[in-house]
Amino acid sequence: MTVALSGKEIATKLEEQFPGSIVESSQESLVVNSEFLLPVATFLKDAPGLDFNYLTSITAVDYYDYFEVVYQLTSIEHNHSLIVKTRCYGRDNPTIPSVVSLWRGADFQEREIYDLMGIRFDGHPNMKRIFLWDGFQGHPLRKDYL
Amino acid sequence: MALKTEPFVINIGPQHPSTHGVFRMRLTLDGEVVIDLEPVIGYLHRGIEKLAEGRTYTQNIPFTDRLDYLASMSNNLAYVLAVEKLAGISVPERAEYLRVIMAELQRIASHLVGVGCFLNDCGAFFTPLLYMIREREKILDLFDMVCGQRLTYNYMRIGGVSHDIPDEFLPALDKFVREMSGFIDEYDQLLAKNEILLARTKGVGILPKELAINISASGPVLRSSGVKWDIRKADPYSIYDRFEFEIPTGSVGDAYDRYWVRVQEMRQSVRIIQQAMEQLPSGEVLSEVPHLFHPPVGEAYGHIEAPKGELGFYLVSDNSIAPYRFHIRAPSLINLTALRDMIIGWKLADAIIVFGSIDICLAEVDR
Repeated sequence: MTVALSGKEIATKLEEQFPGSIVESSQESLVVNSEFLLPVATFLKDAPGLDFNYLTSITAVDYYDYFEVVYQLTSIEHNHSLIVKTRCYGRDNPTIPSVVSLWRGADFQEREIYDLMGIRFDGHPNMKRIFLWDGFQGHPLRKDYL
Repeated sequence: MALKTEPFVINIGPQHPSTHGVFRMRLTLDGEVVIDLEPVIGYLHRGIEKLAEGRTYTQNIPFTDRLDYLASMSNNLAYVLAVEKLAGISVPERAEYLRVIMAELQRIASHLVGVGCFLNDCGAFFTPLLYMIREREKILDLFDMVCGQRLTYNYMRIGGVSHDIPDEFLPALDKFVREMSGFIDEYDQLLAKNEILLARTKGVGILPKELAINISASGPVLRSSGVKWDIRKADPYSIYDRFEFEIPTGSVGDAYDRYWVRVQEMRQSVRIIQQAMEQLPSGEVLSEVPHLFHPPVGEAYGHIEAPKGELGFYLVSDNSIAPYRFHIRAPSLINLTALRDMIIGWKLADAIIVFGSIDICLAEVDR
């Protein structure tokens, strides 16, 4: 059975390492301040005992006030998993750091989120639409796109 | 005298027999050697994730049929598992067994098409594919018996399956399972040591283990690179912890290993179906779930080992009758991330083989 690690416990560890990085945490998941996303992700990937070497999926949810980007991390070595979230505010040009430099599996998925949800990923090597054509107006998965 | 040469850009697809759907590869060639590649996708994008937000949880089941249409049963299963997790719905014992039987039959059917089309790409034009279509046809007949459909089954329901199996199903399944091992032996005799197949696929399009993990590959693509990771074992869903089976893994991660792993997985699926038939209990197949129900506010991620890799549904509920967010983790899309690394440095003719060895379904890539 893949063990879902407690978001609270990992959050305590992260807060020690990077003060101010955690917005909130629960048993199921933790929310990271987007400014700390890259150092936190690097830590989760490399720290012995955590070794989150496999990025299962990335997706985004539109909550009107903010967008939430959800990362599902798995460690194939230890068979445990963790859900990390980050939020970005504003609807004009929301931007968060890209994790392609850590997990290349994020490549197409971040492009998909940009295409359909309109969140830019800073540092992505090829940040352009993936499903829709270049001249397409708007981002269909947003809740205000009708 | 040195010849002056220039890189040459060609498009393969979106309408091309070797792309198995509407997929375009923009290749940059130096002579015959591929020096750059960009996959161009989206021709089949139907906005299923957006459509699903406007329909009830039950109404969304037929949409999942239309993702990877070669593995509709598996898609049904992944989705209903996610909804059941979200709403805390239990499933009768008999339905769990029927789900496993259908999912494993579906894995065999999908691998038959995947391997057959791959051999087509290798130049074994249609002979092996038609052998495999012959066996797949028997699986489609079995599915037809239980739900009246041959491609888009819409068989699983939230809380079970739509119909119990008819009386003639188990004898027919038993006959199929007995024959299937022999058919797989036949494929091995014809193909596994075939000199032309070995020459075309051994050492071609290698995906190293570390890269396979980093690139989030899953399913046979990940396992052929030597990673023993199968969600049926790593995170058993439904009742997979009750069956004995092995996880075949490759050693180098070349096109041949991906072919070989799929053939071995069919053998393991046959084993699972045999065990499920022996243990099949009697009883109800569908627990009572109202047509419209309100899952509590929250989120759930349900995932399965689909024929093409890890298929997951991430659902967010706002306590209404429709999902607030419906995301599909599509193995075909994510496995494509590895395509560029696997093809660069190989010749154009190899590019077709490497692409075929990933086994994708464009309806699932584009959604």
